[in-house]
Amino acid sequence: MNGQSTAAVRCKSVVKTYDTGGDKVVALGGIDLEIHMGELMMLVGPSGCGKTTLISVIAGILDQDSGSCEVFGEDMLHMRSNQKLKFRARNIGFVFQAYNLLPSLNAVENVSVPLIINGVKRQTAEYRAAKVLEQVGLGARGKSLPSQLSGGQQQRVAIARALVHDPKLIVCDEPTSALDHETGHTVMELLKDVALHDDRALVIVTHDSRIFGFADRIARMDDGHIDKVVDSSDKL
Amino acid sequence: MNHIALKMLMGDRGKYLGIIMGLTFASLIMTQQPAIFVGLMSRSFSFISDLGLPDIWVMDPKVQFIDDVKPLQDTKLYRVRGVAGVKWAMPLYKGLLKARMADGTFQTCNVIGLDDATLIGGPPVMLEGKLEDLRRSDGVIVDIDGAIDKLAKPSKIKGGKPEPLKIGDTLELNDKRAIVVGIAKTTKTFQSQPVIYTTYSRAVRFAPRERKMLSFVLVKAMPGENIPLLTRRITESTGLAAYTQQEFKDLTWGYFMKNTGIPINFGISVTLGFIVGAAIAGQTFYNFTLENLRQFGVLKAMGTSNWTLLRMILLQAILVGLIGYGLGVGLTALFGYAMRNTIMAFKFPWQLLVFSGFGVTLICVFAALISIRKVIKLEPAIVFKG
Repeated sequence: MNGQSTAAVRCKSVVKTYDTGGDKVVALGGIDLEIHMGELMMLVGPSGCGKTTLISVIAGILDQDSGSCEVFGEDMLHMRSNQKLKFRARNIGFVFQAYNLLPSLNAVENVSVPLIINGVKRQTAEYRAAKVLEQVGLGARGKSLPSQLSGGQQQRVAIARALVHDPKLIVCDEPTSALDHETGHTVMELLKDVALHDDRALVIVTHDSRIFGFADRIARMDDGHIDKVVDSSDKL
Repeated sequence: MNHIALKMLMGDRGKYLGIIMGLTFASLIMTQQPAIFVGLMSRSFSFISDLGLPDIWVMDPKVQFIDDVKPLQDTKLYRVRGVAGVKWAMPLYKGLLKARMADGTFQTCNVIGLDDATLIGGPPVMLEGKLEDLRRSDGVIVDIDGAIDKLAKPSKIKGGKPEPLKIGDTLELNDKRAIVVGIAKTTKTFQSQPVIYTTYSRAVRFAPRERKMLSFVLVKAMPGENIPLLTRRITESTGLAAYTQQEFKDLTWGYFMKNTGIPINFGISVTLGFIVGAAIAGQTFYNFTLENLRQFGVLKAMGTSNWTLLRMILLQAILVGLIGYGLGVGLTALFGYAMRNTIMAFKFPWQLLVFSGFGVTLICVFAALISIRKVIKLEPAIVFKG
C-alpha cells in the first residue's frame, strides 16, 4: 500500500442476485470490503464466484439489490442515472480483459475517448492522450489502429485510456489473462508504476496467480462471499 | 462524440458500403420509377400543353381524354363563337390517319388540322420551314421525331440507315398527296406516333369523310373575362363540354390514372424498391449495430449517456441516408440525361426529390430505431465478459 488509508471503496453487506428464468442465483451474498486510496486490491477466486459482479457494482455498472457500496463516499445506487454516468465518467477508469478498444479509432483517438465523454474538446483530448501514450511507452504508435498493435501494446493503450482523465479509481478485469507471462508482467509493472499513486485506488479482478505479487491486498472470493482478505505476502 | 460515431461507421467498410448500396438502390428506384411514370403521364396531355394559346377547349361532353375524339358538327363552332365573352373560337381537327410510306408500308399518324386562316394551334417550335408554309398546296409539317424515325425513307443503299424525311418530300395520307413544307419540334405524346400538322380544310380532305369532322373548338376569352365562368356559359349555351387548359389536362391525367394499369405497375415498382431498400439497409444497419454492441457497451460503461449514443446512431443513419439518397438521385439524373434523346419518358420535377427523400428518411428512421432500441437496452456489464 502506498501510504494513505482513506477508503476509496466501502462495500457493506452488498447483495446481488440474478433472475435466470425463475431461479434466483445469488452472485453476491453480503459482501463487506474496503479498498483504500493508494492501494492495489486484487479480487481473486474461481469462475462464477462473483468477482465481475462485484467490480460491476463498485463501478456503478450494476445496481446491488441491498447493502451499500460507497465510492469516494457516494453510493451510486441512490444517484439518478445521469449523475451516475457523470460520476463514472469522471472518477472511474476501466481496463478490460479483451482490451475493448474501438477498432476503427487509432491509439490516440481511443485514449482520448474518456476525455471526450467528459466534454473535453477533441483537439485538447488528443493532445493529452498522446502525452499519456508516451507515459505507457507507445508515443510512436499513436496513429496505429488496434489491429496493428500486439496484445501487450493494445493493453497498454487500454491502460492509457483508463488513466487519461485522471480517475480516482481504476477497475481492471483480468488485465493480463490474454497476455503471455512477460507481457503480463510488463503490464502490471506499468499499472503499478504509472496508474497507482496516493490519491488513486486500483481494483483488479484476476485468475492469474503470477501477478498476485503486485497486489497490496488480495480478497479471495468464493460463491458470492469474500473468504478472506490478505496481504500479498501472505499465502492465500 | 460525432467523429467517433462516423469513424465507427466507416471503419467497417463492408457494412458501410452495404448500407449505402441498399439506400442508393431504394433511392434510385423511388426516384427513377416515378420519374418515368410522371414523364409517361405528362405525355398523355403533352398535346394540350403544346397548344398554349387558347384559354378553353370545347368538345363533346362524352370526351374522356385528349385522344378520345368524338367529332362535333361544324355548326357547333359558330354556336361557340356566339357565346358572350368569347374573343375568338377556332376549329381543330385531331385524328389518326394512315400515311403510306415510300416502301409501301403504312404508318399511323396523328394528324392535326389547324384553322386555315389563323393557323392557331400550330407546333410550338419550327425547326425547318415556317408555319405559314402550310398555305402552300398539299403542305404538311412533320414533327422531327417522326421525320427521322417512323416516317423516314428507306436508304438508297441496301442495308443503309433510313433517311429522315425532309422539306419537299411527299407522303400519301389516305391516298392523297401531302408535301412536307416544314419540320417541327413537338413534345412526345403518349402513343409516340408521328405528328403531322396541316390546315383544317386539308385535314378534313385527308380524313375519311364523316358527317361530323370537328374534333375540338379552341376558344380565347375576351381580356378580363372570368374563364371558369365563361366555360360554364359555353356549356350552358351549347350543351358541349368546355374545359380550361388545366381542367382538360386533369381530365386526361385522371382517365389514364383510373383506366390504365400504369399507376399500379409503377406503384408496385416503387413499393418494391422501398421494401427491398428498407430490408437491405435496415438489416445491414442493424447487423452493424449488433456487431458494434460491445463498443457501445464500452462507451456506456465509460459514462456515455443513452441520449449521446442515440445521437451517434442517428448521425450514422443520417450520413448513410444522405449519401445513399444523393447517389440514388444522382444516378436517376444521369439516367434521365442519358435517355434525353430517346423515346423513354422521363420527367424529374422537384416533388420527386421530396418524395424519395421522404422514403429514404423513413428507411433510415426504421433502421435507426431498431438499432437504438438494442443499444438503449444494452447492459454495459457485457464489457466485462471476455
